[in-house]
Amino acid sequence: MSEAKKFMFLNRKAPYGSVYALESLEVVLISAAFEQDVSLAFVDDGIYQLVDNQKTDDIGMKNFSGAYKALGDFEITKLYVEKESLEERGLTIDSLMPLVYEDEDDDWEEKPSIKIVSREELAGIMEEQNIVLSF
Amino acid sequence: MAILHIVNKSPFERNSLESALAYAKKGSGILLIEDAVYAASGKTKFADAVKACVGDVKVYVLDPDYQARGLGEVAVVDGVEAVDYKGFVDLVAQFETTQSWL
Amino acid sequence: MAYELNGETIECDEEGYLSNINEWTKELAVLLAKDEKIELTPEHWEVIDFLREYYEEYQIAPAIRVLVKAMKKKYGKEKGSNKYLYELFPYGPAKQACKVGGLPKPTGCI
Repeated sequence: MSEAKKFMFLNRKAPYGSVYALESLEVVLISAAFEQDVSLAFVDDGIYQLVDNQKTDDIGMKNFSGAYKALGDFEITKLYVEKESLEERGLTIDSLMPLVYEDEDDDWEEKPSIKIVSREELAGIMEEQNIVLSF
Repeated sequence: MAILHIVNKSPFERNSLESALAYAKKGSGILLIEDAVYAASGKTKFADAVKACVGDVKVYVLDPDYQARGLGEVAVVDGVEAVDYKGFVDLVAQFETTQSWL
Repeated sequence: MAYELNGETIECDEEGYLSNINEWTKELAVLLAKDEKIELTPEHWEVIDFLREYYEEYQIAPAIRVLVKAMKKKYGKEKGSNKYLYELFPYGPAKQACKVGGLPKPTGCI
């Protein structure tokens, strides 16, 4: 098999108000089947996708936030959250869902998937990618 | 003529909140729904602009949308009133006209 | 398309997955399994129950790779293998078990 490519999914939209967040999540889950090097970046309103305590009972839409907690099972373990976007919105990492993955090579130890990075760091990570998909 | 200004886009993504705030005259109302509910959170950089408007203008937020986005535990900007769908209907009936800032 | 059970009609899509997952019952599962030519044993139920719990928590059905890994963790190496799961559900464990369990087709199932 050819060498795995580096894919980044760039998420910049809030959930529910438009379909971008859900569509991105679906493609991410499908991409896991191809065993590529997948990472997710959450920038601008995209960070709202990861906010904890989403309750959609009263708006008649499926609450898909639970699916982010399954990303670890799909071996998607690199979720970059941009620090500047968090700050503009008055959020901290504690406002986000505690997402983890279990490291098979380290006795299934739970490790955090979310990494807070500065805009500059994220720009660097983006440059290392083979493909960036924007949602 | 008292207008109910309805905003449904995130203030970070569009300038519809700014426009609504600028156009809302004394006695009118602003209702934040869908992605605009982020503007009702007391924590964002738009909180001051919303707060400055409260008083002359009544500002409402649609609570089901606020809850859906995980903001249930986050206090709204002082003076912003939460309404449910029934409250939404009452507002539309109460104001003379509505203006949606798409 | 639809299934008939005790005089009631239960809607499904063209592939046989239930349109409304809330209409699922254990009795219906037996009927769904029959359509797949599967006689449900306690081992089948273990997988179905597991998938339903997973769906309840994450709102998605796991892909086969994820199912194998999760079964391995919960029930040990023997049950956490492709071979074991394919013996129970010969036409694709994730697909068939989800259908019998009343869940949507697994995401990432290609």
